[in-house]
Amino acid sequence: MAIPDAPPTTSRPPVLSLRGISKNFGAVSALTDVDLDINAGEIVALVGDNGAGKSTLVKILAGAHMPSSGSITFDGQPVTLANPAAALKLGIATVFQDLALCENLDVVANIFLGRELHPLRLDEVSMEVRAWTLLNELSARIPSVREPVASLSGGQRQTVAIARSLLMEPRVILLDEPTAALGVAQTAEVLNLIERVRDRGLGVVMISHNMEDVRAVADRIVVLRLGRNNGIFLPGASNQELVTAITGADDNAVSRRGRRTAEKAQGEQP
Amino acid sequence: MTTASDRNPGALLDRSDERLKDRSGAKGAIRGFLDRVRSGDLGSLPVVVGLVLICTIFQTLNPVFLSPNNLVNLLFDCSTVGIISLGIVCVLMVGEIDLSVGSVSGLASALLGVLWVQWGWPVALAMLAAMAVGFVTGCVYALLLNRLGMPSFVSTLSGLLAFLGLQLYILGPTGSINLPYDSPLVNFGQLLVMPHWVSHTLAVVPGVLALALGYRKAQRRQAAGLSSRSLGGLLLQAVAITVALELVAYYLSLSRGVPWMFALFVGLVVAMNYALKRTQWGRSMTAVGGNREAARRAGINVRLIYASAFALCATLAATGGLLSAARLATASQQAGTGDVNLNAIAAAVIGGTSLFGGRGSAYSALLGIIVIQSIASGLTLLDLSSSLRYMITGCVLAIAVIVDSLARRSRVSHGRA
Repeated sequence: MAIPDAPPTTSRPPVLSLRGISKNFGAVSALTDVDLDINAGEIVALVGDNGAGKSTLVKILAGAHMPSSGSITFDGQPVTLANPAAALKLGIATVFQDLALCENLDVVANIFLGRELHPLRLDEVSMEVRAWTLLNELSARIPSVREPVASLSGGQRQTVAIARSLLMEPRVILLDEPTAALGVAQTAEVLNLIERVRDRGLGVVMISHNMEDVRAVADRIVVLRLGRNNGIFLPGASNQELVTAITGADDNAVSRRGRRTAEKAQGEQP
Repeated sequence: MTTASDRNPGALLDRSDERLKDRSGAKGAIRGFLDRVRSGDLGSLPVVVGLVLICTIFQTLNPVFLSPNNLVNLLFDCSTVGIISLGIVCVLMVGEIDLSVGSVSGLASALLGVLWVQWGWPVALAMLAAMAVGFVTGCVYALLLNRLGMPSFVSTLSGLLAFLGLQLYILGPTGSINLPYDSPLVNFGQLLVMPHWVSHTLAVVPGVLALALGYRKAQRRQAAGLSSRSLGGLLLQAVAITVALELVAYYLSLSRGVPWMFALFVGLVVAMNYALKRTQWGRSMTAVGGNREAARRAGINVRLIYASAFALCATLAATGGLLSAARLATASQQAGTGDVNLNAIAAAVIGGTSLFGGRGSAYSALLGIIVIQSIASGLTLLDLSSSLRYMITGCVLAIAVIVDSLARRSRVSHGRA
């Protein structure tokens, strides 16, 4: 089922497809005419400067905002994502930046929060087994699922949040800044996790500010700038290209250093 | 079942991580307990220590304190405020407070007096009406919080005054209504105790249940490849519970025996514990108390949870008021005033339910009220005035909250919030 490194121009129709999405907040247009395709088994990185409209786009996908205009198709069918529950029901799961875990509950309770098995007589054994199965499938390293979430590290919490979103067997998972505020080792751990989620055949949309993380795992990099599409790149794209697309300026610290390095290299090896 | 290859193959599903310390067996259990205490997860430990201290002090000052007769009276007194305290546990679980439980209980007793004695309603109908008033009160608090964003501290504080006024109003100028002494309700509140054979039989039930349910759970966990408790440990626990309860039943049977009212209270505590620990509703209550936003995003109907907590609290407060009217055989202006309010809240907090929400247990109402009533009873036996009693109870509450705050700080620094 997994199609690692699926080419962007796959013959199969994308799971989720956005066409001409615009979103206005009063006189401000946060998004104008944005297109986005998400294929199964593909990691799409959504990058852009602050205020480029990444979060608005993810909120539209999560059903938290309704687009002002434009169409969304899921599995080729036109859909409206009126509220978060509708998005979840279609199979679009979202992991927000503030992970929204209950620190006083243990890992199992957090993973199953709101969807406990047997509401009147909680089936703790089945829930614990299911939690371990999920975490093991993700090769996640959580020492004990019966410890309160407060005792976990940032990366482990991210893992719990992602495992929680996978419980409903979604087709697409949206990750808002999954590696922000994480250390080096934890970032690597979470990036591995994201690849394993992709390998399960899910479409992954990942918002990130960190170009290194993006190029490490993304199959496609979609750049937004001032609420518009500003190019789609492959992970091989240079930092300079990406920064230029994001900032819209040819002349910035990255491009200047890039030019200097290139000139130096040319000077050394004519 | 999938076990990733980098884990110890053959290990139990939840014991395969090499970072996990072995906590099986008696030694492990003790070490785990010490670890929890050291990190601030105190549970019921402060109460048990406090209770031992209180008993030692009062027993040396007045040997009547631990006499069976005094203990039976103590249990009668525990039950009324204890039931109110059980409601407080509910609102504290979701991180809110109800300061009007005393007034609501007083109002319920006044309603009982007026409807039953003065208007001649059947007693059951009068009780139901009083409990319904409690239920509606709780719903109003929840409405004020959910729709208007009125903090429960303020809404219930105004409720405290308003319902006290209503209680005085419906009691009228006479100020108190005596309940008929020979009625079953007053009997229940003052006299009815279990026959000794019933109390001895009931004392066996918890141990047997703990063993049977524990064994079934252990088997299910074993079948699922999870760590489970050993049969020996379960047996030991069951025997300890049974012996302790039989001793209590025997000691109380030297006097009158175990009050039925206390049995009702314990029954409610057990039911509440089940609801909080083993149902989706209880899980949602804990989640709302821990992180309201996370609970909302998980699809929990936060408003409904608040409403259920407040409604349950006020209904239990009304029930407690009815029972205390039965205990005193009167519905008076004094009912529910004075220290009832704070005793109920103090009992829940002393028993280990956090004021900060998301952490607590139904048993804290039981343990806490026993502490509070022991202090009250001991001080009464010493013939101390109520001025001193208030001051001492206040100090105990302050200590309990300080312990709660310190433990919370320690939990945060040990990552067990």
